[in-house]
Amino acid sequence: MKTYVSNEYDVIVVGAGHAGCEAALASARMGEKTLLLTIGLDMVAFMPCNPSIGGPAKGTVVREIDALGGEMGKNIDKTYIQMRMLNTGKGPAVRALRAQADKWDYHEEMKRTIENTPNLTLRQAVVDDLIVEDRECRGVVTNTGARYRAKSVVLTTGTAARGRIFIGELNYSSGPNNTIPAIKLSESLERLGFKLRRFKTGTPPRVNRHTIDYSKTEEEPGDKEPRHFSFTSRDEDYLTDQTSCWMTYTNPKTHEIINENLDRSPMFSGDIVGVGPRYCPSIETKVVRFADKDRHQIFLEPEGRKTEEIYVGDFSTSMPEEVQLEMLHTVAGLEKVEMMRPGYAIEYDVVDPWQLTHTLETKRIKHLYMAGQMNGTSGYEEAAGQGLIAGINAALSAEGKPAFTLGRDEAYIGVLIDDLVTKGTEEPYRLLTSRAEYRLLLRHDNADLRLTEKGHDLGLIDDDRYAEFLVKKELIQEDLDRLREITVHPTIAVNEYLAGLGQTDLNGGVKADVFLRRPRVTVEDVERLTGQKLAGDRYVKEQVEIDIKYAGYIKKQEIQVARLRRQEAKKIPKDIDYDQIEGLATEAREKFAKIRPETLAQAERISGVNPADLAILSVYVQNGKYAKVQK
Amino acid sequence: MVQRLTEFDTIAAISTPLGEGGISIVRVSGEDAVAIVNRLFKGKDLEKVPSHTINYGHIVDPATGQVIDEVMASVMLAPKTFTKEDIVEINCHGGIVVTNDILQLLLANGARMADPGEFTKRAFVNGRIDLTQAESVMDIIRAKTDKARQVAVKQLSGGLLTEIRALRQEILDVLANVEVNIDYPEYDEEEVTAQKLLACAKAVSGKIDRLLETAQEGQILRNGLKTAIVGRPNVGKSSLLNYLTQSDKAIVTDVAGTTRDTLEEFVSVKGVPLELIDTAGIHHTEDQVEKIGVERSKKAIAQADLILLLLDGSQELTEEDRRLLELTAGKKRIIVLNKTDLGQKLTAAEIAKESGSEVISTSIMMKENLDELEALIKKLFFKGIENSNDQVLVTNQRQAGLLAKAKQQLVDVASGLEAGMPVDLVQIDFTGAWESLGEITGDSAPDELINDLFSQFCLGK
Repeated sequence: MKTYVSNEYDVIVVGAGHAGCEAALASARMGEKTLLLTIGLDMVAFMPCNPSIGGPAKGTVVREIDALGGEMGKNIDKTYIQMRMLNTGKGPAVRALRAQADKWDYHEEMKRTIENTPNLTLRQAVVDDLIVEDRECRGVVTNTGARYRAKSVVLTTGTAARGRIFIGELNYSSGPNNTIPAIKLSESLERLGFKLRRFKTGTPPRVNRHTIDYSKTEEEPGDKEPRHFSFTSRDEDYLTDQTSCWMTYTNPKTHEIINENLDRSPMFSGDIVGVGPRYCPSIETKVVRFADKDRHQIFLEPEGRKTEEIYVGDFSTSMPEEVQLEMLHTVAGLEKVEMMRPGYAIEYDVVDPWQLTHTLETKRIKHLYMAGQMNGTSGYEEAAGQGLIAGINAALSAEGKPAFTLGRDEAYIGVLIDDLVTKGTEEPYRLLTSRAEYRLLLRHDNADLRLTEKGHDLGLIDDDRYAEFLVKKELIQEDLDRLREITVHPTIAVNEYLAGLGQTDLNGGVKADVFLRRPRVTVEDVERLTGQKLAGDRYVKEQVEIDIKYAGYIKKQEIQVARLRRQEAKKIPKDIDYDQIEGLATEAREKFAKIRPETLAQAERISGVNPADLAILSVYVQNGKYAKVQK
Repeated sequence: MVQRLTEFDTIAAISTPLGEGGISIVRVSGEDAVAIVNRLFKGKDLEKVPSHTINYGHIVDPATGQVIDEVMASVMLAPKTFTKEDIVEINCHGGIVVTNDILQLLLANGARMADPGEFTKRAFVNGRIDLTQAESVMDIIRAKTDKARQVAVKQLSGGLLTEIRALRQEILDVLANVEVNIDYPEYDEEEVTAQKLLACAKAVSGKIDRLLETAQEGQILRNGLKTAIVGRPNVGKSSLLNYLTQSDKAIVTDVAGTTRDTLEEFVSVKGVPLELIDTAGIHHTEDQVEKIGVERSKKAIAQADLILLLLDGSQELTEEDRRLLELTAGKKRIIVLNKTDLGQKLTAAEIAKESGSEVISTSIMMKENLDELEALIKKLFFKGIENSNDQVLVTNQRQAGLLAKAKQQLVDVASGLEAGMPVDLVQIDFTGAWESLGEITGDSAPDELINDLFSQFCLGK
């Protein structure tokens, strides 16, 4: 192929899925001249699997993206068809917002935003190769021969890299949703010395809404109380006309068909070599692994308002088409269903993520960043979070500015990236709340308090929004102070209220903050019982209530975080040569050399490293300097 | 999600070999060393005394007000200390039980049991020692940490290991269930309610209590019960010593790095290890006609966990006998009324009534009633525990300290739930308890929880 020299950019982003869109928008908004290349313009921010955003941990990531000035939260707030708050009966740390998206609106809206963002060019192209000079990435080459130069490059290939779709005995080279796969780019990465591996994921069939008998299913409507992903969205814009989802179950008949046809599933025939996620198993995997369960839940989720397609959630399968249909027909409510698209499994290339640093730059090639599913994660939110960090750092490095990273104590995005680069992953990685040590501090409700300042410093949060944020912060403090002053007296009304909650009487007057620590007492109750009004809105009151009610546990986690920070402050010199350290066990030496931890805290998190190795390392590097060693 | 951030904890350990010398030293190092010791110390306010001073006082259990021991506390403030951190050294009177009680109090009041070699490691990390001989230093650290850990795990009896693993699994199953409820709220998996979690926390906590009760017995099993044989000259001490140290009772110790006084004898009495102290003194006073051995006995008595006080049943009590009875009054003791082969002037019943202690009549010379004496020693300290074939004993302070920590975390779980805190919050302490138990068994795979979650529950789209 004859190549030609095309335009020059500050930052090039390859791939316009959820990672690529965030990366490109962040870079452009930070003032970098940015090029966003995608294999198909009709696939920008497309959701090739479930039509929903958010949920536990993931929903918090969306809030964090929003607080840092990213787009996902705003885009879903413009295009959802149902909104639900999950875990409302649990503590504040695990409450989670989830939206059903109109996936076509979602795509169109994101594409429109990108098209109208200054400094940002969106173009359809297949990237075949990278321009690398002296182990520094300097641009990309497309299959049409265009050579684009740039100061930094972000790769977000998703499941397109040497993608292969499996439906029963049929398999073919393809990107997600039957798009063009990226073949040559993988070869280019291998030539550059990157270690790639194969992962697998899958998606369920889609069926026609009109052929479902909803009377045999359970309806799941959206919430009445307004909630939003973006801190900028307003309650008055909350959607009242929401679409429901429905739930039904598989049964022994379904399982029988699956068992009879296992030899035709590429998952079991040996055709698929890629590693699939445990938490997102195909229905055939579930039936085999949990043989004692006589039913599995299935969620029916609309794909949008302008389509009759229904996503059959939790029914991911790569069985042959006719078996899929037979399986569907055994399910209550789906007896006569028409299948519009079969489910499929897809195998794709990922880079082992320990080849990246916390900025998502590769250790091997400078100015080359990677984000999203190609780093071994799954999920739109995980992809978007990484895309944002990669885009920010690509922009910062193009300007020669210091890098931006988030700690495990600052954001779920920080947990995600640290897990990837420190531990690698043996299967597609999904964020879970249990992966965060400090989840009480990393709540969905306080993402703005945690990150808006950083977003503003980066230039991604404008001054107006920042000013509004500062007002909120002040109001929180003001109301906290107020509650410490207001006295709740043991009036008849107060004790009747307490009796209603099944609690003991108040004997004397107490300050409102003390009163609030009683179970199930809310700020609104305090306002009503004392006749005193607080200054803040319901979001401010929510913060105040959490701060006071859970102060003891918050304090516990803050102490843990303080310790983490002290250990994070112990830097390991970048040029350390692990072969020169006497006494390290071979396994530890290899792991340290491979992962190259930046701090002693990170070194502690590497699995398979024992305390003696850590002791030796900590002695050796004494606070970022080498110990005085004479051999 | 296992945390190993231990660098900033205040640590404590017994820094003299147990069973050696009349004085034991418990060393505490770290930012809170002075404050923690001060909570237990009755005497001067240690937070106000100048650095590098030795202070007289008592260690008192703040929970009960009970005096544990009379001690000297040396306060040394950073940076001119071994670890370059604040250090307090508590010099106490020795005995395994008392020294261990002091350590356990420190652990209960905010200190953490030091890892093996950790004082030395801190000295290095804080730059106290230049690594001029890197290799040997690294070797020392490696050897100390690795070996001590192996030893620690080996010391877990099969029964204890199984028991603690079972407790961990009990917690883990509930934890995984809690996580599933959080991460997959739309699934119809059973919900872990506050009641369920509370029941689990209390069940595990009760089992830990029972393990902790074995801790003292376990200590003695491992270290030997310090035993003093006292009595006036020619009462039969030497004969008893010879009987106890006859070849089939001798214990060969292989405790590395500790040089024992060659005259101290380790014997096993019905499976109970005894460390006989001041054996030299016994021979001394018996062999030679010389001044009375009471002064010497005083020292032995102070160190001992068990006193075998010999009286001559064929003679009336002497002034010296009475003095020894007085000196040993507060101790665990067995009064051996020897020489039943001769005409008796004293009766066991009289002495028992007068002393309030166990009394046994023997003739050591004729080997009469010695088996009963052994049985009594065993009964006195082990309450029959060692008879069980499946020994579930907590045998060292590290294990006991971590068990106590886990227990506290479970208590916090219970009080949190009772205060109406949601399950996912009190779970912070529940996870902590699980991790503390994992430190005992050395099981702490970071993805253990997530693995359990996905093997137990069928999840995902």
